[in-house]
Amino acid sequence: MAAERSSFPTASPTPKPRSTRRPATKKATVVKESPRNVLKADSSLERVLARAAESTNDLLPVPAPSYTPPPAADDSRIRLGDVDEWGRSEHMREIARRLYDPIYRKWFRVEWEGLEKIPAHGGALLVANHAAAIPSDAPVIMHGIETEVQRPVYGLADFFFKTLPVVGTMWSRLGGLPAHPDNAYRLLREQEQLVLVFPEGSKGPSKMYHERYQLRRFGRGGFVEIAMRAGVPVIPIAVVGAEESMPIVAKLPSIAKRLGAPYVPVTANMLAFGPLGAIAYFPAKFKLKVLDPVHFNVAPDQERYSRSRIMDESEKIRDLIQTELYDMLKNRQSVWFG
Amino acid sequence: MIDSNAPKRRVLVTGLGTFWGGRVAQALEADPTVEVIVGLDTTSPTVELERTEYVRVDANYSTLAKIVDATAVDTIIHTFLVVDPTQMSRRGMHEINVIGTMNLFAAASAPQSTVRNVVVKSATLVYGCTAEDPTWFTEDDLPSRPLTQPTERSLEQVEGYVRDFAEDNPHVSVSLLRFANVIGSEIVTPLTRALELPIVPSMFGYDPRFQFVHEDDVIRSILYVLEHNLAGVYNVAGDGLLPWTEVAALCGKRTFPLVPYVTRQLLGPLKRLGLVDLPNEYLTLLRYGRGVANARLKDAGFRYNYTSAEAVKAFIEAVRLRKTIGDHAPTYRYEQDVEQFFRHSPAVVRRRE
Repeated sequence: MAAERSSFPTASPTPKPRSTRRPATKKATVVKESPRNVLKADSSLERVLARAAESTNDLLPVPAPSYTPPPAADDSRIRLGDVDEWGRSEHMREIARRLYDPIYRKWFRVEWEGLEKIPAHGGALLVANHAAAIPSDAPVIMHGIETEVQRPVYGLADFFFKTLPVVGTMWSRLGGLPAHPDNAYRLLREQEQLVLVFPEGSKGPSKMYHERYQLRRFGRGGFVEIAMRAGVPVIPIAVVGAEESMPIVAKLPSIAKRLGAPYVPVTANMLAFGPLGAIAYFPAKFKLKVLDPVHFNVAPDQERYSRSRIMDESEKIRDLIQTELYDMLKNRQSVWFG
Repeated sequence: MIDSNAPKRRVLVTGLGTFWGGRVAQALEADPTVEVIVGLDTTSPTVELERTEYVRVDANYSTLAKIVDATAVDTIIHTFLVVDPTQMSRRGMHEINVIGTMNLFAAASAPQSTVRNVVVKSATLVYGCTAEDPTWFTEDDLPSRPLTQPTERSLEQVEGYVRDFAEDNPHVSVSLLRFANVIGSEIVTPLTRALELPIVPSMFGYDPRFQFVHEDDVIRSILYVLEHNLAGVYNVAGDGLLPWTEVAALCGKRTFPLVPYVTRQLLGPLKRLGLVDLPNEYLTLLRYGRGVANARLKDAGFRYNYTSAEAVKAFIEAVRLRKTIGDHAPTYRYEQDVEQFFRHSPAVVRRRE
């Protein structure tokens, strides 16, 4: 079928569209002193809370989300509202940033290392380990990079989200899109954006608690192939904390099958908080480490890349993240305080 | 610009009585390099035509080979494809789309055939519509899932015949154009009907992005590929995707969310009353939308006059105008005797020649 269609005479040999639209480049601002730098030094909960209480007394005001949206694109003929071609709405992101910022700073007390490795412009594929029944890592990474590196991040995920009413629309407005290779290519190559992907897919968050921080298979290495085709680096990110924010203690496969969902979990949160636990996270301390970008010295836009090379690179990146996770866990004294 | 020595085209337009056939024929009449225009259809033309010859045929063109042979046409513009499933039964659509196309290409590939150019007007419906789709389909993409809706499958089979014909007749330049949702000042589609309702139906919890193409750009693109001999498959769609709520807002309408489950059953009574007729193809579109990349045709030099948003604006301006002054376009009725008189009577002075 594919062969039939492609054998149809076509006028141009390169059907891939190429637009020159670039996202507005912006300066990376230096990360200002923020309460979590102060919090880092504390070790007991009382002191943390005391500090947090103090900080609301204007001693250390929580900086408002400092992300400034890109200037309205000059494609006024094309766009009416602020919903872009991928469904992302800067207005909705702005609201989400405002609502999510306290969770990011106060609840998860997110700490980054190596943020400077995320380029200020140009496309890059961010690759991270994936965890928690309702993955808490994606919003943390997207929010963190948007507020601290001042760049929007598009999150690739299973098209399953798109099939859900309300949730699917919200997901799309907040920068999520189905993980289709064409989407990733266009975002990375033509629009030079940051794209976040979890190569483990739903196998990551559906892990049981006792399997935490054990990376699953990295799909079929599709993320490496896309990065090669788009000519962008892969930037691995190791995330510690997500696993404990909503650990799965049991799974209900028969219900999942009936619902068509990838998995239906029973989480520790549900046991602890009751119905509220379906959405409430434990306040696990988040630590993220950005690893060195991985460049592939191959020409972009090729029809095909060596399968063995792709699998090698994919395995190498998986190893990098896995090793880093073990290192970070070795140095972690407390799940809640880092 | 016009080379008077250039070989003159002899064009066969299918579906002359339809919106597209009539428009294309009108546009061709203005082109002095087009010598003969023969229009086929089961129904009479609905627009005024000056020199196009109308031939009434049955839905699947059983006499077509004879007509192609007798008129020695070198160009076929195949617009007689039903893409609006509300217009007729599944059976009728199959006869027109699949059997009609099959016979058309059988006639065009006869050994003595003089056909050198073929333009087929298909639709982006052939990409299907599922949650797995890429945001932008390119011409080489296949549907993400096997197609299930009758219109989609019918067009898929049509494209199969077009491909076969193109492969078997390498000397013929075959252009297959896939149009996105067409909108504009005059065309009526399930979407324009939905947008003219007092409240626009939407799917609860979904706000998919839609792509539109203006009816004028459709005609222009058909003429463009003909003029530039562009063979191959081309998506024809305006720039940009618009969320359905924005489309409704542009039209100054509120949306009415339909229940995303058992929608068809719930819509049944409304359909009976003739209020809302949204076929399955459009119900899935209200969930997931569809975008197609239009870069290939643009790279070939075509310039769109309208983006998706501008096409919708043109539509709503026309709706407002109609509301104020009524639908006062002179209604044209095809009278065979009169038409024959003007075309063939020696009494008529034909200044064109």
